[in-house]
Amino acid sequence: MSAPTLTPGALARRRRAESWRRGWSEFRTHRSGLVGLGVLVVFVLVALLAPVLADSDGLSVTKATGGVLEAPSAQYWLGTDDNGRSVLTLLIWGSQVSLMVGLLATVISMGIGTLVGLVSGYFGGVLGQVLFRVTEWVLVLPQLVLAIVLASLFDPSLLVISAVIGVTSWPGTALLIRAQTLSVKERAYLERSRVLGAGHLHLLRRHVLPNVVPMVFANTTLTVAIAILNETTLSFLGLGDPTRVSWGSMLEDAFSVGAITTGSWWYLLPPGLCVVGVVLAFTLVGQALESVLDPRLRGRR
Amino acid sequence: MTSHPDGPVLEARGVSVRFRTRAGEARALDGADLRVRAGEIVALVGESGSGKTTLARTLVGVQRPTEGQVLLDGTPLPTRAKALAPFRRRVQMVLQDPAGALNPRHTVYDSVAEGLRLHGLSQGADGRGEEQQVADALSAAGLRPPEPLFLRYPHELSGGQRQRVLIAGALALSPQLLVADEPVSALDASIRGEVLALLLSLRETLGLGVLVVTHDLGLAWNVADRTAVMYLGRVVEEGPTEQVLTDPQHPYTQALLSVVPEVEGLAPQVLRGEVPDPTHVPAGCRFHPRCPALADGRAEAAGVAAACRGTALPVLPIAEDGAHRAACHLVTPPG
Repeated sequence: MSAPTLTPGALARRRRAESWRRGWSEFRTHRSGLVGLGVLVVFVLVALLAPVLADSDGLSVTKATGGVLEAPSAQYWLGTDDNGRSVLTLLIWGSQVSLMVGLLATVISMGIGTLVGLVSGYFGGVLGQVLFRVTEWVLVLPQLVLAIVLASLFDPSLLVISAVIGVTSWPGTALLIRAQTLSVKERAYLERSRVLGAGHLHLLRRHVLPNVVPMVFANTTLTVAIAILNETTLSFLGLGDPTRVSWGSMLEDAFSVGAITTGSWWYLLPPGLCVVGVVLAFTLVGQALESVLDPRLRGRR
Repeated sequence: MTSHPDGPVLEARGVSVRFRTRAGEARALDGADLRVRAGEIVALVGESGSGKTTLARTLVGVQRPTEGQVLLDGTPLPTRAKALAPFRRRVQMVLQDPAGALNPRHTVYDSVAEGLRLHGLSQGADGRGEEQQVADALSAAGLRPPEPLFLRYPHELSGGQRQRVLIAGALALSPQLLVADEPVSALDASIRGEVLALLLSLRETLGLGVLVVTHDLGLAWNVADRTAVMYLGRVVEEGPTEQVLTDPQHPYTQALLSVVPEVEGLAPQVLRGEVPDPTHVPAGCRFHPRCPALADGRAEAAGVAAACRGTALPVLPIAEDGAHRAACHLVTPPG
């Protein structure tokens, strides 16, 4: 006996710690995942440290110190916008909104999608059919139009924008989770668990959900991307929070002042690249996580 | 070791299971009687589609019978899931495919401990903690020493090890009866013997009663005390293995045995066609469309050919004296 004096609780903790350690060492072998994680950490730090990195006075149009659409210089590393504000300051503060809306909307979307997908796939029957039809119905509604209608009903705020994006983007996730649940549901280990005496809750929690989670993670990366893009679109249409700068609203301003025709690439490229960078980082981390969470994918890269 | 006449006994009485399909109502089980006692190994043999797995699933209470009852010590199985808990501790099942029957995300330890946790037995009544119980179950299933396996995942194990982990998971609950559905059909020939020897030793050491579902008559010959032969949802012949396999009464059993290479003295009779569609069970004797005895005139000579085609046979009852019986008009002429 390796450690006969351990209590079951200590044993469980030891085993959990071990699996975390193994998960992390597995994750470390994915170089792309590490790169993605690094990029994400940088973005999150920038968002959290925005008040330190750039004075919030720089967001005020009335306190702007630069000229109109100045090219990058020693004073304004990424130039200025049409109001004379530093693009770098806008970019730093914009990361807060984009990341927060992206994550919050994704959490909402994943929550609804996973719940609906699990229940409709696992239980089947009338409940499953009804949920499935509702999912399909929401799926065929044009997401953007629905989001615009919903957004215009409320006073724009970050929470409303996140909720609107989350509530309109779950059906894809739900269908995916449902399909995966239907397949997992028929596996022999559920039958074994049933013979051992498991009820629905135990089966869902211990067997179905853990085998569906990698799908959720893989899907999360896409949803974050879509959520950030949706936030951009809603901001572009003037439905974003007008009091906050986001990468989306920066792009919108850039378009509306004709940054393309005037060649003001410094106003257009940075927010675009940031969106691409965050989306890519999420995808890389998601892929690495998927293989960490699925023991069968290990060692197969 | 002989069976304990007073020990726990699991019975199926007139169990029917019907499924509604597009083609109509399928009778997967159509009145099956079977009994397994502690300390006894019973083999349930038959072709694919004969309903042996459905009978096994019904006996462990994961398939609810449409008609008939499953009884443990003469008490019918409760229908409510909660009330089934004590039954589950006493009757466990080992599934067919060891690769699929273990959750790929659970370690060996978690898989074996699952039953204990479900029944709140992690702190055993005998003072053994969860880890000790898991280690004991793995040892009992022949995985010694058990500790190095605790944190392994199923895909890191061999087929034989997985099957032993499955058996350990069932043994952790200290059951009295074990239903094993094709326990070795997915294993290499070299490992089959080991797993079968394990089942035999579990009967010796724990007094376990085992129902082995198999399509392999040789396996039944090697391990079983009693053998029941199923055809199209019913037990058609049952008795002590030696009698059933050396002196088969039912033409179906005779045909199955005649094509086993090791059996000599029987002219091979290859049964034509598949087991009939369970949505259309033939009238009269359910075996008559494929029956060699009817085809070669033996039934005609015995004067039962009309009965074979037109008179349904009663369900083969459980014999209290354990005698060898067959459901066939040739064996028990009607009237």
